[in-house]
Amino acid sequence: MKNTIFAFKNIHVQVESKEVVRGVSLEIGPGEKHAIMGKNGSGKSSLANALAGHPAYEITKGEAYINGQNLLEMDATERARAGLFLAFQYPLAIPGVTVANFLRSAVRARNGGDESVLKTFRKDLMEMFAFLEIDKSFAARYINDGFSGGEKKRLEILQMAMLKPKMAILDETDSGLDIDALKIVSKGINQASPSDGGVLLITHYQRLLNYVKPDYVHVMMDGRIVQSGGPELALKLEDQGYDWLESKNARAVEV
Amino acid sequence: MAEITNNQPNIATIGDDYATKYGFRDPEDYFHKGARGLNHEVVEMISRMKKEPDWMRQFRHDALDIYLAKPMPTWGNTELLNSIDFENIYYYIKPTEFQSTNWDDVPENIKNTFNKLGIPEAEQKFLAGVTAQYESEVVYHSFQADLERQGVIFLDMDSGLREHPDIVKKYFATVIPPHDNKFAALNSAVWSGGSFIYVPPGLDVKIPLQAYFRINAENMGQFERTLIIADRGSRVHYIEGCTAPVYSTDSLHSAVVELIALDDAYIRYTTIQNWSHNIFNLVTKRAMAHKNATVEWVDGNIGSRLTMKFPCIYLVGEGAKGEILSVAFAGNGQHQDAGAKVIHVAPKTSSRITSKSISKAGGRASYRGLVKVYPKAENCKISVECDALLIDGASRSDTYPTMEIDADNVRVEHEARVSKVAEEQLFYLTSRGLTEDEARLLIVNGFIEPFTKELPMEYAVELNRLIELEMEGSVG
Repeated sequence: MKNTIFAFKNIHVQVESKEVVRGVSLEIGPGEKHAIMGKNGSGKSSLANALAGHPAYEITKGEAYINGQNLLEMDATERARAGLFLAFQYPLAIPGVTVANFLRSAVRARNGGDESVLKTFRKDLMEMFAFLEIDKSFAARYINDGFSGGEKKRLEILQMAMLKPKMAILDETDSGLDIDALKIVSKGINQASPSDGGVLLITHYQRLLNYVKPDYVHVMMDGRIVQSGGPELALKLEDQGYDWLESKNARAVEV
Repeated sequence: MAEITNNQPNIATIGDDYATKYGFRDPEDYFHKGARGLNHEVVEMISRMKKEPDWMRQFRHDALDIYLAKPMPTWGNTELLNSIDFENIYYYIKPTEFQSTNWDDVPENIKNTFNKLGIPEAEQKFLAGVTAQYESEVVYHSFQADLERQGVIFLDMDSGLREHPDIVKKYFATVIPPHDNKFAALNSAVWSGGSFIYVPPGLDVKIPLQAYFRINAENMGQFERTLIIADRGSRVHYIEGCTAPVYSTDSLHSAVVELIALDDAYIRYTTIQNWSHNIFNLVTKRAMAHKNATVEWVDGNIGSRLTMKFPCIYLVGEGAKGEILSVAFAGNGQHQDAGAKVIHVAPKTSSRITSKSISKAGGRASYRGLVKVYPKAENCKISVECDALLIDGASRSDTYPTMEIDADNVRVEHEARVSKVAEEQLFYLTSRGLTEDEARLLIVNGFIEPFTKELPMEYAVELNRLIELEMEGSVG
């Protein structure tokens, strides 16, 4: 078995007793970027939520490891502290809690309550603000409360940069972004991607992959990975759509 | 107002609890402790010990008759109310013979108690004056000399009556007469301690004044009486806090607080109520705001078994403003029946009510509100916002808003919301490494942020810490 940061095998996921992921496996090595593409309802976001430990997404079967630790024995908190990060497709608003206070709590929590990591917090935060072209006033705003779509996604990437995960799963981070915002967010993802860690991009469209280059591309359909390849696979999907895969896998879809 | 820079929960202190922090008790070594129960002899004894003028003695006796004649309330949590054993309560305990102006003269036990509660420290750091009430009497009092020289009066109510009988007689019980309600009558009969404040015209008391109320004895009844008069164009901010030991039997706290803001004056009255869970907290608070005056009640209720408190503002002068900002936290076994009342009597008056409640572990929070606009009060502005947050399915929130508007050209905004801590919000925060408890606490602190940001920073930190203790669920 190759040296992996993040690996899962034959993962099955149920939501409200309906199976939405039906046996997905992947191994992600240090420094690798993988992309999972697929249409709405293919199960890719369910996979992301289940791996991050969302209580409504039950993993009924399979194995998953982060840095060799058994992921499925951990709750969401422990997974985050082990270095897993999920950038949400729909980030939640937490009224009354400022971005700065939240990030400070999260950075401390991610590091197991170690206060010493906060010494450079302010400086790091300001640097990331500048890098992601975020106004300083952002720090005092309430988390995602009244944020535009682009601001929400920037805040997700800001969190990723501040929390320094070993393994980042980005769920439709490109959705709802105009081209300028997409470029900034992509720049942020590239900057925050750990050289010795992994990144899993989940996306509907190819356009994010122009800015964040994946090493591997996988296509999900009806809860399974039906095709894997290099970056050229994404280009083919952009060009030809998903239809050729659908007819190819029509038989597999019928259970 | 101080900006809060770092009021987030300190995770390190999770696990402390009320019992060790506030709920400890001192041995009783009192100058005077009467018998349990209430009758005219008790009232006579209180008045005699205080060497009061005849009018006050008579006022008390009359009030007792009103109290005895009035039935218990038939609304609210009557089951809890009717469980109070009034005959089992001590109505007057005088812990020390004299009031001190130096902490070193306060008996060791009592001094240590206030030390543990951080009162002397707060006094030095950010208060212009302090009264510390223990059982029925203020045992310690201090006040900045320069404010005194400028004519500001800040005394306990008993000293106020002795030293400034004319002002007291002019205003006492004019805002809340004894027949207002049964518990106002009770307080009027047996009142002791509380604060008396008078701010001369045009004077701005820039630093807050604080009173701290401590109940120590089991089955104690504390009945402080506060009267604040802000003369024309003056400003004052008064803060009160309170705690008590944890007992298995009930105690009673029934205060009357009267505020009078004369023309162009400003009064802010801030309360952090943190009674132990065996205390019935039945309080009447009312303010009169005259022409262009502003009154603000900032009312935080964390403790007590049952609180019934509806701070009220009468906007009696044209252009007067009233604001009531409240937070109630109801944990297991608690009922916070809190709310607000604003009565628009004069034209061009405006009011804003913001009520936030949190219910957890079977606790119950009620918002009971009244906004009334009299026919002559044209061109008023009213805004009412009630937010309830339920932490779990076992908890309860009720809203009883009443609006009676009998004038023209009144602008009313009313919003009420009940929300639950959403699983999605919790997942979002836990996926960043926070524990579920930390995540819930963050959501709750965010929810009450409109309240905490109005507190001086030290109190905001303290309030967040109290909420943290309650969220931990370790309060006995």
